Amino acid sequence: MTTPTRTRPTVTSGIGDSPLRPDGVPKLKGEFQYAQDLWSEGMLWGATTRSPHARARIVSIDIGPALATGGVHAVLTADDVPGPGMFGLEHPDQPVLASDEINYWGEPVAIVAAEDPDTARRAAAAVVVEYEALPPLTDPEEADRADSVFRRLQIRSGDQEVTGEVVVEGYYEVGTQDQAPLGTEAGLAVPDGSGGVDLYATSQFVHADQSQVVEALGLRPEQVRSHPTGVGGAFGAREDVNLHIHLVMLALHTGQPVKMVYQRSESFTGHVHRHPARMWYRHHATRDGKLVRVEAKILLDGGAYASTTSAVLANACYFAVGPYRVDSVLVEGIGVKTNNPPCGAMRGFGAVQSNFGYESQMDRLAAELGMDPLELRRRNALATGDRNPTTQQVIQTPLPVAECIDSLAAIPLPDGDDPILPGGSGLTTDRSHIVRGVGYSVGIKNLGFSEGSDDYAEARVRLTDEGAVVETAAIEVGQGLVTVLAQMARTALGISKAIVRHVDTSRIGSAGSTSASRQTQISGGAVMEASRRLRERILAHHGGDELDDLGVHRAGELIAPMSELIREGWEETYTFRHPPTTPPDDDGHGDIHADFAIAAHRAVVDVDPELGLVRVVRVDTAQDVGRVLNPVSVQGQIEGGIMQGVGLAVMEELVIQDGVIRNPNFTDYLLPTILDAPDVEMLLIEQGSWWGPFGAKGVGEPPTISSTAAVAAAIRNAIGRDLNRVPVRPEDIAL
Amino acid sequence: MQAFHPKTLDEALAAAADGATPLAGGTDLMVEVNFGKRRPEMVVGLRRIAELREWERSRIGSGVTWRRVERDGPRAYAQAARTVGSPQIRNAATIGGNLGTASPAGDGHPFLAAVDASIEIASTSGRRLVPWYEFFTGPKQNALQPGELITAVVLPERLPERHEFGKVGVRNAMVISTVCCVVTRDTEGSTTVALGSVGPTPIRVPAAEEMISAEPSPSDSALGEFARLVSEGVRPITDHRSTEEYRRHAAGVLARRLLERCLA
Amino acid sequence: MIVEFRLNGEDVNARVVGPTSLLDVLRDELGLFGSKSACAQGECGSCSVVLDGEVVCSCLVMAADAEGSEVTTVEGLSTDGLNPIQEAMLRSGAVQCGFCTPGIVVAATELFRVNPSPTRIEIKEALAGNICRCTGYGAIIRALESLSGGEQ
Repeated sequence: MTTPTRTRPTVTSGIGDSPLRPDGVPKLKGEFQYAQDLWSEGMLWGATTRSPHARARIVSIDIGPALATGGVHAVLTADDVPGPGMFGLEHPDQPVLASDEINYWGEPVAIVAAEDPDTARRAAAAVVVEYEALPPLTDPEEADRADSVFRRLQIRSGDQEVTGEVVVEGYYEVGTQDQAPLGTEAGLAVPDGSGGVDLYATSQFVHADQSQVVEALGLRPEQVRSHPTGVGGAFGAREDVNLHIHLVMLALHTGQPVKMVYQRSESFTGHVHRHPARMWYRHHATRDGKLVRVEAKILLDGGAYASTTSAVLANACYFAVGPYRVDSVLVEGIGVKTNNPPCGAMRGFGAVQSNFGYESQMDRLAAELGMDPLELRRRNALATGDRNPTTQQVIQTPLPVAECIDSLAAIPLPDGDDPILPGGSGLTTDRSHIVRGVGYSVGIKNLGFSEGSDDYAEARVRLTDEGAVVETAAIEVGQGLVTVLAQMARTALGISKAIVRHVDTSRIGSAGSTSASRQTQISGGAVMEASRRLRERILAHHGGDELDDLGVHRAGELIAPMSELIREGWEETYTFRHPPTTPPDDDGHGDIHADFAIAAHRAVVDVDPELGLVRVVRVDTAQDVGRVLNPVSVQGQIEGGIMQGVGLAVMEELVIQDGVIRNPNFTDYLLPTILDAPDVEMLLIEQGSWWGPFGAKGVGEPPTISSTAAVAAAIRNAIGRDLNRVPVRPEDIAL
Repeated sequence: MQAFHPKTLDEALAAAADGATPLAGGTDLMVEVNFGKRRPEMVVGLRRIAELREWERSRIGSGVTWRRVERDGPRAYAQAARTVGSPQIRNAATIGGNLGTASPAGDGHPFLAAVDASIEIASTSGRRLVPWYEFFTGPKQNALQPGELITAVVLPERLPERHEFGKVGVRNAMVISTVCCVVTRDTEGSTTVALGSVGPTPIRVPAAEEMISAEPSPSDSALGEFARLVSEGVRPITDHRSTEEYRRHAAGVLARRLLERCLA
Repeated sequence: MIVEFRLNGEDVNARVVGPTSLLDVLRDELGLFGSKSACAQGECGSCSVVLDGEVVCSCLVMAADAEGSEVTTVEGLSTDGLNPIQEAMLRSGAVQCGFCTPGIVVAATELFRVNPSPTRIEIKEALAGNICRCTGYGAIIRALESLSGGEQ
């Protein structure tokens, strides 16, 4: 267990409090600057020419008509890319601009800079590309057979011959979900006049953007500075680069600042999606409901380029059993390469897909055994000190699976009718056609990066006349990092005045990605430790025994006022690392993960079985949060995460046919409205983390992992029928 | 681009005669503009023309917004209005614009079809009244000729006593209909059923209407037969929003439920 | 062309090219970045403004058609500090990424102007055209309910 720094009650707005967001006022007044709002005198506007084919050979590109358009300053193709011209978060397998072959619908072929956005878009459309269309590979099972794969992973634990008295089998599918952050991709690249560029673009990970730009274009690292900038949501969509390299190319080529903003339809092709999944499961158990063996085959479609498919696949496989004890496991995972749109990170990162598989199986098993579904889960609940049945890693962190299940069960079920009926304002039904259902799901997710990656974050804490200034490159995407890092600095230093300042990649080391539920723990760990060390150094220097807003005290007497400390220019930089992890061995075993978190969900739905329409009435949850650092932020993460899980359960799906996205817009990619939002009751389980600062665990992903499966289970419970696919469509229920 | 902002219909008709694109609430046209599909060179804005916002009993000016229909319209028309887009859309979008677009999924169309409304159309050479079934000529196609503007919707003087609207969509608000439907029934039992999103234009189902109109107090099996005839009578397609099979099924279920409401 | 209208209580002249939207003119010509562009088709409400007394999506208003109109954007809804809607949203945690926030402030401010004590369902119906991807709406509903006297 970590030793939390002493909490001083005198510090206001420290951990445990919910100070107001520092960016709240400007966001409410419309004054907060997002990447979309950046402006530079004399800037040009960029636009992208994209392939209308999912697979093709490029026969020729004629930029003449585009270049001849009035107001156009540059039209660049693959021929103009300096350097290797390849990028990718894990492997540089994706061309900056396609040169010979097209591998997915919407792949960038040319980029344009012009004097206004309309001209830029028209010029992009005027680039004449002759394609030879080729048949795309879009069936993931065919890709598996053809060995078109990014990664195969096999996990074998225990006796492979054992079978159970009761065996249930199932096949499950998860459709393609999009992160759909409200802010589309946007950025501004400003040449510095000496061959370098300052890049301000939507991101979750500015250091990875910077290194990919540098490597793809063959630049020196010091030529590119990537600046954190205002981001309108992310949810995984901004972990990979998209317009970043294009912006830098156009800025270097024209010598002028260049701005680019994707429109929504382009955004749907401009970022990776959640992997669609096909899963085959077989669960073996004893008659009294003890799991004996789990076999799973998990097939994820990675689309055309690698992105993070290998890590997402691994996560889906490592959590293929869920938070349950079982001695015998066989998991086969395949992440295939196709001509579908590339997939990568989205909140939950593989754990969402397999959760739908294993929790559907747990319900099926409970039904087969005639057992209460929560009781079955309780009997098999994993706990601290157990081994994760897949990786065989001994779980050292508090893992309150049983506590989450029991707490969830203790939340009273809603009584009475919901004011909103399935079908909502469409007036499709009255109460006589409605049946109610209740369903459960329990999920497990790792926190932080896994499989031996060097996962670290650097942060700096300085004492200035603004108070304690936390400097970081960790991206605020809306989750409240700017609030919680300041809270940590306040508590660890003992000073009430603290702010967070984002600095660019040249001025601080990497904070890693704002993903994997990791920043509160990892950048937070860096802030806590930097603050603690700074405090110790200041006290030692002045021979004091207490530091507060007034300065250093000794035996109750102020001996060095704050003004003096500020003059002394104190600062401390710290790089935090979580306990090391290891890559898997040949059986998929190892100390793969740094930490784990649990959430349990109970969904209550009203279903109109005849029309197949669903109203999600409530989603209640008990979540293992380690320790609540900011109650309002935790509540917001949980409610928002549940809403995304509900979206995947009943409406959110990119419809992809022959590699083409048929609904790349908000008319047809349906996001839940306020009239679709369920009420949420939550219980927070605070048992700490084995290393997280102040006992914190990441809280962002667990709400999304099992809420989808809980809603699907509730619909099944309502209609008394099997449903093996999410999103559940009206026709899946009604026909 | 040239833009006109006339205050009278005559000025607007003159602009339309010169080829100006009519602009009412803008909620359809601007989507096309924003997506680069249309770029009109001349537009005539209609929202300042008081005459088009007039609503006298059964004659509703084409400039009346869905927000007003939601508040003041006949029951089923108001129910339909409440499902048109979002509150923001309903504040801007007009019944005339909805007809101009003539989307097969237009939420307002089934009511007009169910009550046998006509659409009043004007040009510099005069006015004509077009029955709804001649107005809708195909998906996003209507009987409007160049230079013509939609000036009003004309409902029958007397509406059937009961009329109910329903719409199937995957979201509880702000959703394109998978199927939308209006059923009307008068005290003599005469029944109409009109549906949207299940054919190239809004459609009526005469076979179902005739069958159920002959039933003074329909039995459960008559209601079932009515639903079956509606399902059989629609012409839906499979697209990215739904399947032909589901639309056919939902059309029957929804029509039966609306009829039951009319009978209640 | 030059389009004249009243914007947040002041007369403005804006240069407008082609059939461009009011949203683009507010942002790119007039430098008011509070109204956000997220879908360009009236399906998210991020660009909500009040046009001649009605909340509309400014992405679907042709700028040329704003001639002579009265437009209020989020920038016109509070001068010093925050208005009560904004204050309640701040305190309830209704702001995360904030991209939907200006549109919600506009729609909610207009709701309370017309109906000072909306019920929970009236709040939801008024905001049904404003998509929020972060909060799950819970904090937004709590914020606005706290202003309406807690009526359910």
